[in-house]
Amino acid sequence: MDAIFLQILNGLDKGSAYALIALGLTLIFGTLGVVNFAHGALFMIGAFCAVTLSRLLSLSFTTIDETRTDFLGNPMKVETPYAEWLFGPEFGAAIIDWTVPLSILFAIPVMLVVGLVMERGLIKHFYKRPHADQILVTFGLAIVLQEVIKYFYGANPIPTPAPELFRGSFDFGALLGFEANAVIYPIWRAVYFIFSLTVIAAVFGFLQFTTFGMVVRAGMADRETVGLLGIDIDKRFTIMFGIAAAVAGLAGVMYTPINPPNYHMGMDFLVLSFVVVVVGGMGSLPGAVLAGFLLGILESFASTAWAINLVPGINQIIIYLVAIVVLLTRPRGLMGRKGVMEE
Amino acid sequence: MTDQTQHTAAGPATTRARRKSQGVLGLRGRDITLMGIVLFLTLAAPFILNPFPATSGMAQFNAGYPDLMQRFVIFGIFAIGFNILFGLTGYLSFGHAAFLGVGSYSAVWMFKLLGYNIVPGLVLSVIVAGLFSLVIGYISLRRSGIYFSILTLAFAQMSFALAYSVLTPITNGETGLQVYTSDPQYLQSADAPSIPHLFGLEMRATETLRLGGWSFDLNFGYYVCAVVMVLAFYLAIRIFRSPFGMMLRAVKSNQQRMNYTGLNSRPYTLAAFVISGMYAGLAGGLMASMDPLAGAERMQWTASGEVVLMTILGGAGTLIGPVLGAGLIKYFENIFSKINDGVLHQWFAFMPDGIEDLLVGIVHPFVGKGWHLTLGLLFMLVVIFLPGGLVEGGQRIASVFRRDRKAGGAEARAAAKRNVE
Repeated sequence: MDAIFLQILNGLDKGSAYALIALGLTLIFGTLGVVNFAHGALFMIGAFCAVTLSRLLSLSFTTIDETRTDFLGNPMKVETPYAEWLFGPEFGAAIIDWTVPLSILFAIPVMLVVGLVMERGLIKHFYKRPHADQILVTFGLAIVLQEVIKYFYGANPIPTPAPELFRGSFDFGALLGFEANAVIYPIWRAVYFIFSLTVIAAVFGFLQFTTFGMVVRAGMADRETVGLLGIDIDKRFTIMFGIAAAVAGLAGVMYTPINPPNYHMGMDFLVLSFVVVVVGGMGSLPGAVLAGFLLGILESFASTAWAINLVPGINQIIIYLVAIVVLLTRPRGLMGRKGVMEE
Repeated sequence: MTDQTQHTAAGPATTRARRKSQGVLGLRGRDITLMGIVLFLTLAAPFILNPFPATSGMAQFNAGYPDLMQRFVIFGIFAIGFNILFGLTGYLSFGHAAFLGVGSYSAVWMFKLLGYNIVPGLVLSVIVAGLFSLVIGYISLRRSGIYFSILTLAFAQMSFALAYSVLTPITNGETGLQVYTSDPQYLQSADAPSIPHLFGLEMRATETLRLGGWSFDLNFGYYVCAVVMVLAFYLAIRIFRSPFGMMLRAVKSNQQRMNYTGLNSRPYTLAAFVISGMYAGLAGGLMASMDPLAGAERMQWTASGEVVLMTILGGAGTLIGPVLGAGLIKYFENIFSKINDGVLHQWFAFMPDGIEDLLVGIVHPFVGKGWHLTLGLLFMLVVIFLPGGLVEGGQRIASVFRRDRKAGGAEARAAAKRNVE
């Protein structure tokens, strides 16, 4: 029982990332009808927002402390980050420690702008072109974005630690009445899961309970009629693209402590996220979220020794296997609507 | 190898009979020209690709060394095959590298079991890739559009993951499959060379020709690949011009209408998928023949993406486009990535120092390790402005010139448009 619980927990963090990326992909596909192969790159850019902020905050100046000496007997050089100098030593240190959560504030505007520029500058011209063209141009864009990041940040993964408070693991099993030390889970992964639930809830709430969201939903259902009613639906869809980019970016920001970001992390996640979207059903937001968590958990169950003994290599292929079975038996995906992309 | 079987299936007698009515070897008009261009380009490649004297500063742009030339034609074969599927039917497969990888593995297994003669290796690689693509194609082609792309992608990633992990006894996992001295090699005779060869002629045998400052490498392995590619290209022309090719085009332009007229499109698309898979297998087999090593990374989806780039860049649906695209990308990959800051400084040395540094600074991100950036940008520009690829670009330029020369510009434009279609 506790083993099952542990595997579910293990699947949640990857599942959260899948769900967030797939949610953004589906938002873009559902509103603009564009298959965005550059979405993984947006996830990666989000992660590098956190890296950028952490570099900015750790910019420091050097002063010479006459009272102390280093091991050679020279006066000690002390590096003080500007953040500590600006906000005082204690608060400054706290800011540096909390870089990753703070990056959320930094990443949202950046990702919104990136998304808007991408949509207005490039994607806009591809609405009338075939899906293959959209895939190809966004695939090219993904390569370009990835190479730009590589040029500025290098090819090596950049470790970006979580705040002190959330490092280490916690015995979640004890909390729920299992034996002590049976279910130990890294705290940050739990934070990531809760964070992703919050973001997902925010996106759904935004679509469900605001006028803007209502118009967008109406546009998703019937774009022409909404246009006939005198609503500039294109503008709203553009904003939705920005929001989708921000969701992918946030997923990336918070993922940095789990997996040090490198320039090809986007491509690694992209393929899986597409599989997730297709399994969930093209254009279905709840489907994307459900499939994201489901596949994350399935993947973690497939990685147990028991499953690998049963079917060797199952942990490597489970997601693709599920995708193939779903596509062939239930072409619309788990929760896909009728008539969406059913050529 | 597919070429030969297909060719003989048509029968030498019928070919001869057709030759009178239909031109050379069943090719007509423009196709003869195209065939001639490809033949000339591949046979003369060691000379064309080495235009600069070996000692001059421009020698770094020479691409006429055996290893690179082999890759040109091998990827040419891969792209020609991919184009038969994507260019004609419009089905965008993101998993073709799997067939290439399977081809490589089968060829190396033949080297291990039978000996270093490449013929059994190539035959087996085509057969195995064909069977593999038959299975994957049969399942994937039940869906179309983006779903088809994702299905092929999923299959290819699965093959890649399995080749890396569970199938290690067959693929030798991360190390890659290679031939060891302890392997049986039942048909390897004592006097045959212990590197890949064709009936005793070694693949890496190279004759270096020196003419003044120039030096040209004539490599046997390259010419083997070149001959195979010419045959592959010939077969592709015949497919493009056949009623079968017409059916495939019909699938692309309007599959629904085709179905309504009572034609089942599935056998046609499946045949195209298998043929292109066999081409990929052939390319993989040749790759292993040039360098008897096969690794799983050849099957990764980025490798599939590469052949997509080649085909689109050159011009999907055109005959010569994929070959051009493959050549261009492989050329950039090797030549662009060699250009470093030192070379750049040499180029701009005639400028004043400040401007020199500025220019080097501007160009730097796009060359050397950053050549992928150039590739990505180039690819985006082509997709945005030239959906027909470089071939369309060439036709546009040609039609501009023609319009200048005579008043009937509209005619030329219409002709160009027809060619694109």
